[in-house]
Amino acid sequence: MEKQEYTITLYTENSIGLIGRISTIFSRRKINIESLNTSPSEVEGIHRFTILITETEEVLRKLCRQIEKQIDVLKAYYNTNDEVIWQEQALYKVPTDIVTEELYVERLLRQYGASAVVIRKDYTVFETAGHREEIDNLTQELTKYNLIEFVRGARIAIIKNSAGFHAKLKKFEEHEPSEEIIENEFLEKGESVFTM
Amino acid sequence: MSTLEKTENKECTKGTQPTKQLKGSQAVLEALLCEGVDTVFGYPGGAIMPIYDALYDYNDRLNHILVRHEQGGIHAAQGYARTSGRTGVVFATSGPGATNLVTGLADAMIDSNPIVCVTGQVFASLLGTDAFQETDVINITAPVTKWSYQVTEASEIPQALAKAFYIASTGRPGPVLIDITKNAQMELFDYPGYKKCTHIRSYRPAPIVRKEYVEEAAALINGAKKPFILFGQGIILGRAEEEFKTFLAKSGIPAAATVMGLSALETDHPQHVGMLGMHGNYAPNVMTNECDVLIAIGMRFDDRVTGRLDKYAKQAKLIHLDIDPAEIDKNVKATVPVWGDCKETLPLLTALVDKADHSAWLQQFRELEKEEVKEVIQDELHPTSEVMTMGEVVNILNELTGGDAIITTDVGQHQMVACRYAKFNQSKSNVTSGGLGTMGFGLPAAIGAWYGAPERTVVAIIGDGGFQMTLQELGTIMQFGAKVKILILNNQFLGMVRQWQQLFNDRRYSFVNITSPDFVAVAKGYGISGNKISDRSVLKTALKAMLDHDGAYLLEVMVGKENNVFPMVAQGTSVSEIRLK
Repeated sequence: MEKQEYTITLYTENSIGLIGRISTIFSRRKINIESLNTSPSEVEGIHRFTILITETEEVLRKLCRQIEKQIDVLKAYYNTNDEVIWQEQALYKVPTDIVTEELYVERLLRQYGASAVVIRKDYTVFETAGHREEIDNLTQELTKYNLIEFVRGARIAIIKNSAGFHAKLKKFEEHEPSEEIIENEFLEKGESVFTM
Repeated sequence: MSTLEKTENKECTKGTQPTKQLKGSQAVLEALLCEGVDTVFGYPGGAIMPIYDALYDYNDRLNHILVRHEQGGIHAAQGYARTSGRTGVVFATSGPGATNLVTGLADAMIDSNPIVCVTGQVFASLLGTDAFQETDVINITAPVTKWSYQVTEASEIPQALAKAFYIASTGRPGPVLIDITKNAQMELFDYPGYKKCTHIRSYRPAPIVRKEYVEEAAALINGAKKPFILFGQGIILGRAEEEFKTFLAKSGIPAAATVMGLSALETDHPQHVGMLGMHGNYAPNVMTNECDVLIAIGMRFDDRVTGRLDKYAKQAKLIHLDIDPAEIDKNVKATVPVWGDCKETLPLLTALVDKADHSAWLQQFRELEKEEVKEVIQDELHPTSEVMTMGEVVNILNELTGGDAIITTDVGQHQMVACRYAKFNQSKSNVTSGGLGTMGFGLPAAIGAWYGAPERTVVAIIGDGGFQMTLQELGTIMQFGAKVKILILNNQFLGMVRQWQQLFNDRRYSFVNITSPDFVAVAKGYGISGNKISDRSVLKTALKAMLDHDGAYLLEVMVGKENNVFPMVAQGTSVSEIRLK
């Protein structure tokens, strides 16, 4: 099976330390997390993780089951790039005189749809959003023109074939099947045990 | 707090009534009482002092066993959980107290033992400052706990513990750690009463049973000519021993146990064909690659069971029954996954399978068994050599206990010999460190095993190496009187490593030669009676004296120095290539 980029989407409780529990599931198999984003989701009180890794589908399936096993994780999905709409955001800081003096740079910024966030006499900060390759290409070009600072945000992604999490959550909040579980047998004999 | 608030609780009417002001430390103990806890294994220290102060007043209702090391405490709690079927509870202080739990947590995690650990922590105001005995126990233990939570306010305690007991004991059980800062233990708060947790929205103890998979599984079984069952600890954890036997009776299929599954089915059952794995029996290993339908129940295809994966049961269709969806397809691909609690799925399957007779197929197992008896077992149980074998000691022990004893083992050659030859008449009788292979497990686990089933005989079979890892727990036995029978099989080597060095490293015996103290004298120092023998003629009387003694007893038996455990599926080879010598 070929390795390829997969976007993992997790719906979780917003609990302290969960990110550590999730990250060890990757690190114990020596898998690099290429990008990780946490944010609110479409459902109030439910957190959404978006994780990008490159692996085979078989590994993805195992990883997602192990992640879903974590108590505070409600659901884990994995999708190929075709199955999601995804974006990454980037900020570039370049000397202002480059923008004003170099025609090519201006054309470049137009071509990539970059917009200015801050313009100062000494530097200008541009922002752009898109796929990884577009951002990488622009970065490469700007490097030739004294790019001062560059940062790229984590991938965020919407699953094309998803009706959202509202209905799912309702199911999770139903009692079935947890009423069926076997209780501590000792509890049923409480009367004979406790002397209070 | 957010995750705690989403927990649904059932009221406990047993404990102290609501509206009273309680200290956090008292609320911890109230929680234990409401959860039906009768025994706690622990060790005090600075950060858990408020809980121990409160314990002073609960001493009549909670039996606290003061261990000699926190690792001993958690192994004891594991032993308790394994023989009682209830949740084991451990107290430890912050810092070193908490880090000493790590080996036991990892062991309990991989062997699915329900454990709740309560650790003290420095004051919340000191968190992250490298305070005295501060350690980030939540993060250190995250990979080896099913769940963990740090409590920093007294008011969180009832809910945190309710959630801990619920998570530890339901679904696939596991260890949970609750870390409580000292201020939270000391604070007074309006006690709302204890409510048992019954539902957590992000946690499904068992997946929903898919009836169509049960039907598919039954169809496969009904069409099978050579079906074969592998059963694991899931039967015991699911309390499904009877359901399993009913399934066996109707289906007529031969069944083999994993190490962790031993005692789920009595050894003498006519369809029991032995143990799987690296040092398991000949027939079940060979037949794994001969059967047409493999039915795995509550087991997880550990590499010690499968040997070389790409040559494992390739000819067979696999039906995998497990409560943990992450186990399905993890190591071996299932043809039909039957997700769910086997207590629920086995009766569904039994109802759909045809009454069948597989006696001719079963007979093939018995033929292979004869070969193993001839090549291995005969010599191991009835040796002609002058020195004693581990197998003959276990065999005589079987004779004397009739198979009614709980056997705990440590890790190594003696463990494999005990698992191979010990006779079990009833469930929850085999307490061993299966997944993690923790040397030093045997003695403290035996202490806990006894508290979990005090009416039963508990024999701890331990090697000379492993015993020296946790022998400080003799102090616990001395102080609290657990009637544990300690049977040391001394071959004067770290035997299993020596065996590998002999077979695979050209006899280059690198640091496997271990010397031991006078174990009987050590026991005597702890006020425990004992005896040492090296002559076969007194073996039976010595074992009988050990079992008849009213109280703990240590018997050291000198056995052959360079005996090997066979059969053996060498690492990296297929189960078909199992060696008899």
